[in-house]
Amino acid sequence: MAEDIKVIVFKLGSEEYGIEVEKVQTIERMMPITRVPKTYSFIKGVINLRGVVIPVIDLRGRFGIEEGEHTDQTRVIIVSVNDMEVGFIVDSANDVIDLNRDSIDTPPDVVGGIKAKYLDGVAKIGEDRLLIMLNLAEVLNKGEIVHLESLEG
Amino acid sequence: MDMNQYLSMFIDESNDHLQSLNESMMGLEANPDDLSIVQVIFRSAHTLKGMAATMGFEDLASLTHQMENVLDLVRNSKLRMQDFIFDTLFKSIDALESMVEDIMGGGDGKADVSAIVTSLQAIVRGEVPNAGGAVAEVSKPAVKASDAPVFLDEFQFSVLEQSMQEGHNVLYVEVTIRKDCQLKAVRAYMVFDLLERSGEVIKSFPSVQDIEQEKFDQSFSLYYITQKGASEIQAMILNLSEIEKVTSVALDQESLRQLGQDSVAATAEVPTSAPVISSVSVPSAASSNTSAAREEGGKAAPAKTGGAPSRTIRVDIERLDVLMNLFSELLIDRVRLEQLASEVQNGDLTETVEHMSRVSGDLQNIVMKLRMVPVDTVFNRFPRMVRDLAKSLDKKIDLVVTGAETELDRTVIDEIGDPLVHLLRNAVDHGIESVSDRIAAGKPEMGTINLRAFHSGNHVFIEIEEDGAGIDSQKVLKSAVKKGVITQEQAATMNDEEAHQMLFAAGFSTAEVISDVSGRGVGLDVVKSKISSLGGNVTIYSTLGKGTNFSVQLPLTLSIIAAMLIRLGSEKYAIPLSSIVETGIVKKSQIRTIHGNKMLEFRNKNIPLLSLSRIFSVPDYDESDEEETEIVVVRKGERLVAMAVQDFIGQNEIVIKNLGKYLPDIQGISGATILGDGQVALIIDPNAFIK
Repeated sequence: MAEDIKVIVFKLGSEEYGIEVEKVQTIERMMPITRVPKTYSFIKGVINLRGVVIPVIDLRGRFGIEEGEHTDQTRVIIVSVNDMEVGFIVDSANDVIDLNRDSIDTPPDVVGGIKAKYLDGVAKIGEDRLLIMLNLAEVLNKGEIVHLESLEG
Repeated sequence: MDMNQYLSMFIDESNDHLQSLNESMMGLEANPDDLSIVQVIFRSAHTLKGMAATMGFEDLASLTHQMENVLDLVRNSKLRMQDFIFDTLFKSIDALESMVEDIMGGGDGKADVSAIVTSLQAIVRGEVPNAGGAVAEVSKPAVKASDAPVFLDEFQFSVLEQSMQEGHNVLYVEVTIRKDCQLKAVRAYMVFDLLERSGEVIKSFPSVQDIEQEKFDQSFSLYYITQKGASEIQAMILNLSEIEKVTSVALDQESLRQLGQDSVAATAEVPTSAPVISSVSVPSAASSNTSAAREEGGKAAPAKTGGAPSRTIRVDIERLDVLMNLFSELLIDRVRLEQLASEVQNGDLTETVEHMSRVSGDLQNIVMKLRMVPVDTVFNRFPRMVRDLAKSLDKKIDLVVTGAETELDRTVIDEIGDPLVHLLRNAVDHGIESVSDRIAAGKPEMGTINLRAFHSGNHVFIEIEEDGAGIDSQKVLKSAVKKGVITQEQAATMNDEEAHQMLFAAGFSTAEVISDVSGRGVGLDVVKSKISSLGGNVTIYSTLGKGTNFSVQLPLTLSIIAAMLIRLGSEKYAIPLSSIVETGIVKKSQIRTIHGNKMLEFRNKNIPLLSLSRIFSVPDYDESDEEETEIVVVRKGERLVAMAVQDFIGQNEIVIKNLGKYLPDIQGISGATILGDGQVALIIDPNAFIK
């Protein structure tokens, strides 16, 4: 029997995503963002999180989904991976669930238009709820960003 | 017991001891007869051994143990320091350093040091491979009571003097045990036991511990206070079996004073009276005795290691960083409060805020000072480095360090080591000429490198100055032209100083053959860029034939700077005050276009005018339609550039924050700061705009 893990659930469009709770530092409401010039379009800028300057990424932009207007529900999830602190702008984040590792399947090739390499797996919760587990290290992989940029450019 | 919690303490202290070992060894090398330095070295090695053994680092402990054996012979004047021993001991220290480094990196500190251990053991056995034939000698203590081979410290001296005044007899006793004695230590113990019954032994030579461990040859001597007479004591001791000879001399005030104060003169007789074992060992014993006597003779100059060490505690650097972070938040709140107070216009509030500003200003000073570290922590490894380097190049070099107590922020200290090493190596390698060249040039054969640090204004200067050959600017220029760094025309207009600066040019050092300019320039561009990245600057002053001076200018700290806040549309940016020359307003008519670039006449010079709004693609501001534009003139070296901005917000002290690891390097942005209203403002790096 594999262990249970706690997962923060957030939404981008109609999809639900999960990040292990250990990697999440805090979840903040939307706050003023200072634009940083000459960088990737999905990097929205930097915020002041209680004295620490943290870059913020629009996760929709990162995954190539059309970016939307920010609402009351918009949240910034601050994650910390490999000594990097980064904020993710997501449509909403309001759930924490327990998940058994066994219930996570390897990802299919394409889920919701996002490249499989960003995903750790897909968890099935209940009857028809699917949770996409993010591979944060890949999402924050800068080498890959350069590649992405050069393709776009 | 869990040793991990002591590990960091062990590492810190080991490094301290290794440093002290290195320094003392250098000191001893300069002054090989000063036994007091040997004592310091011995103590350091001994402590290190104990610590290593406690922590279970066996290899470390055993190597220090071998060193101790050698040092023990030296401090007891049984072994004379010479080049081979120095080299071996230095090698041992290097090995210890790498072991400690290994432990620091999470290793177990194991290393194969058998070669060094073997040479150390050989030294202890007296097998010194030296053509001079200076074989280690086990010299007998020079005996004649009046020659005073045993030296007393001030305390012991006064005890003797006092007991003499109180009517006790003070005896100098020397006991020789028979050669065939099986258990010397036991005999010696019996002698001591006997003496203790009718008096008090003040000092013995060798020390009581050494005698107990049988670490003496055949005889030992001691100072003794008793009521009995000299001959009585002599007879008592002789009554013990296996004692060959006992000399007992009663001392009077006069001879005692002679011992204590005039020991220099006394020991001068030693060479004549001591049994001559080898022509080499005797002068060494004599001169080392002399210096030991000077050291211990009471009113001698204060010991080199003396001076009360300032009382300090070690603080985890992370805690200090946390304190710094908290403090910078306080600073942000202070700025915010000041803003609010000026808006509210309430007298009491304004007064309180002003007071708070003053207090936090003082607090800022203290917090900053906490992070200040003397440059000594970087400098201390240089003497050893220069020594080794000079030795390997067969040059004679004297490194004179001044201002080592000058303090710099720890963040700067951490970074400055490598560039300085580079400059110093450069000075040793290419600056100072070989001995024959120096003699040919009519200079003293010993070259001098001055390494000095000093404060000036808001900066610290570190200078490396040598009296070497200097830089031939024509050669430098020729080489620079050849490498395509500058054109022939440019070269023709350059004066010496500009030519010297070419050494720092990026393309200069990448070329393969540099030896034609005496190798200068290798990697100097790296040094330059490193120092620039610290907000510093490096300049060369050189006179051909007289020497060269590299002057490094560094900011006191990296984390808080004075800056000008500017506005571009809805965005705010900070420009470091240190690079701003001037601010002003220009009319549209003053702006000219040359080759499509906007230029501006500024103090009879044409300087480029940059559009910050376009460079940063500011969404809601563009100065091109404005009749009058605010400009900031910034400087990098001699070059000036004007930057167009919308508004000046004002001057402010800002806390530099980095942008985190995720963001790539952004040209023109060096970091961020948090403003009074909590908003983040980016810090502009003007250097990036000046080619």
